[in-house]
Amino acid sequence: MDFFDILVSILGSTIRLSVPLVFTALAGLFSERAGVFDIGLEGKMLAAAFSAACVAYITASPWLGLVAGIGVSVAFSLLHGFASITNRGNQIVSGVAINFVVAGLTIVLGQAWFGQGGRTPQLLPQGRFSPIILPGVEALRGIPVIGPLYANVISGNNILTYMAFLAVPISWWILYRTRFGLRLRAVGENPGAVDTAGISVTWLRYRAVICAGILCGFSGTYLAVAQSAAFIKDMSAGKGYIALAALIFAKWKPVPVMFACLLFGFLDAFANFMQGKSVPLIGEVPVQIFQALPYVLTCILLAGFIGVANPPKAGGVPYTKER
Amino acid sequence: MKKSLFGLLALAAMSTTALAADIKPALVYGTGGKFDKSFNEAAYNGAEKFKAETGIDYRDFEPTGDTQGEQAIRNFASRGFNPVVAVSFAWTSAIEKVAAEFPDTKFVIVDSVVDKPNVRSVVYKEEEGSYLVGVVAGLASKTGKVGFVGGMDIPLIRKFECGYEQGARAANAKIEVFQNMTGTTGAAWNDPVRGGELTKNQIDQGADVIYAAAGATGLGVLQTAADNKKLSIGVDSNQNHLHPGSVLTSMVKRVDLAVYNAYADTKGDNFTAGVQALGVKEDGVGWALDDNNKPLITPEIQAAVDKAKADIIAGTVKVHDYMSDNSCPK
Repeated sequence: MDFFDILVSILGSTIRLSVPLVFTALAGLFSERAGVFDIGLEGKMLAAAFSAACVAYITASPWLGLVAGIGVSVAFSLLHGFASITNRGNQIVSGVAINFVVAGLTIVLGQAWFGQGGRTPQLLPQGRFSPIILPGVEALRGIPVIGPLYANVISGNNILTYMAFLAVPISWWILYRTRFGLRLRAVGENPGAVDTAGISVTWLRYRAVICAGILCGFSGTYLAVAQSAAFIKDMSAGKGYIALAALIFAKWKPVPVMFACLLFGFLDAFANFMQGKSVPLIGEVPVQIFQALPYVLTCILLAGFIGVANPPKAGGVPYTKER
Repeated sequence: MKKSLFGLLALAAMSTTALAADIKPALVYGTGGKFDKSFNEAAYNGAEKFKAETGIDYRDFEPTGDTQGEQAIRNFASRGFNPVVAVSFAWTSAIEKVAAEFPDTKFVIVDSVVDKPNVRSVVYKEEEGSYLVGVVAGLASKTGKVGFVGGMDIPLIRKFECGYEQGARAANAKIEVFQNMTGTTGAAWNDPVRGGELTKNQIDQGADVIYAAAGATGLGVLQTAADNKKLSIGVDSNQNHLHPGSVLTSMVKRVDLAVYNAYADTKGDNFTAGVQALGVKEDGVGWALDDNNKPLITPEIQAAVDKAKADIIAGTVKVHDYMSDNSCPK
């Protein structure tokens, strides 16, 4: 296996591993830019994965699974909104509560419904999003560099992967080129000003957390119905937190978010590849070093070495209307 | 003959003292969950078999975290359950502690050794079973490259890998074996996504048979192999039915036997403490052949595995045990 084949293999893996991070980090972006911290991304993703797997198994349709995943995820978002927007509760506490509730609830319900130790039954091929082979793969295959890259990295992914990378420019357009986006960003910086302009801060923040719910629904569905073929307890395995780290790393901006997720996905893919292989001069590098890198990088960033990450000013602060 | 006579005598003695074997067996699973289609499910099947045969019910508990095992074991022991079977290496220190506190209760630990007068330690010669499936893999591989995906990186899983590698090499001296471990924490047993990625990685490097010894993570391995039209090998329970036509065979570890024997021996009052090492000879490990994988197993493979099995039993083939010296001969 020469260097180029290895690269293609790692890049393909990077794409697959980045997709849930991209969706989830964008979800966090919408929520946090509106001033609602969302530590419950992990829980929402897990809830979506579970409901998507259940529905996709029962109906044998991945699309209905996606609808269910989004529905449940949005419901949890609204719960988060109700606690932290309407009732002005602590956003972190509410998010953590969601993570705990979902981690337990999915296992209990899964055990009660399917009796497989909290797992859902394996999905049949028609119940999953299958890889799409883009046109022209065969025609381009002969061309060096571009052929293999196109066949193994660009093509052959499932529809959700393409949606993830499409969601990045769409999010950018919504946030920076629409009235809703402008107000959403404003409400995260200075909700008082938005309120003075006669716009409901509450309703705007609710819409932001609903957007976050929808995106978490996609990421959860991707985990259970596209990347795997069943829900398995705790299958989100900390991806919600990595996505949060990517969001901070990218300083709450959509396009850098994508690159941060790709970087973290790449580190993961690289760690998988490097396992058990020895590096010249150094010897075998423990994989834990690569696995820890996303967190290490985020810490370095937060310490101010790469640049200051300024969160939205009103982030984490419930808005109280002056009377 | 002598043994069964003793058994009869023991039975007779017991019936006279009216201590008729009304045992209260208990079972504590590993953290993978009862129905992991693998290790824990095998234990469950053994307990169910005992229940079906004797009508004696048992109590079980599925710990969801590493700290719950000791509580569950102590709880069962203090409520008079006997024997208490714990089926994971993770409960080693828990059994060590609790067995000392309840010297009259019989304990069984699977996959680990605890040296106490009231503890039976059941260990398997996984290297022998893995050797057999390694032979199958070596002969079934067309690329001359096979893979192994382990769960948590512990010596026990290295032992699987080492036996597999030796078997594959015995079948094809020039074979290349890739190996990956999913992680270093308990979460590695429940991460099908990473398992799938590691599998894809090995497939990209040319592997066409991948052996998963990774609990529920293995489900991701088998799925990915099936998605990519490659072959895979299941572990612990017979997993051939999961993806017929893609699962080449399964390395069956008869955890059910350990549980069943523990209960039956206690009932028959011939429970013995100490180490029981179950290998190919004792039928404790083996390879699975059923209708689901029959089309994949050629007569040539069948003959080679049967020979390997006979050789191991006869002692002409010695499979190196990784855990004996923490290294694997290359």
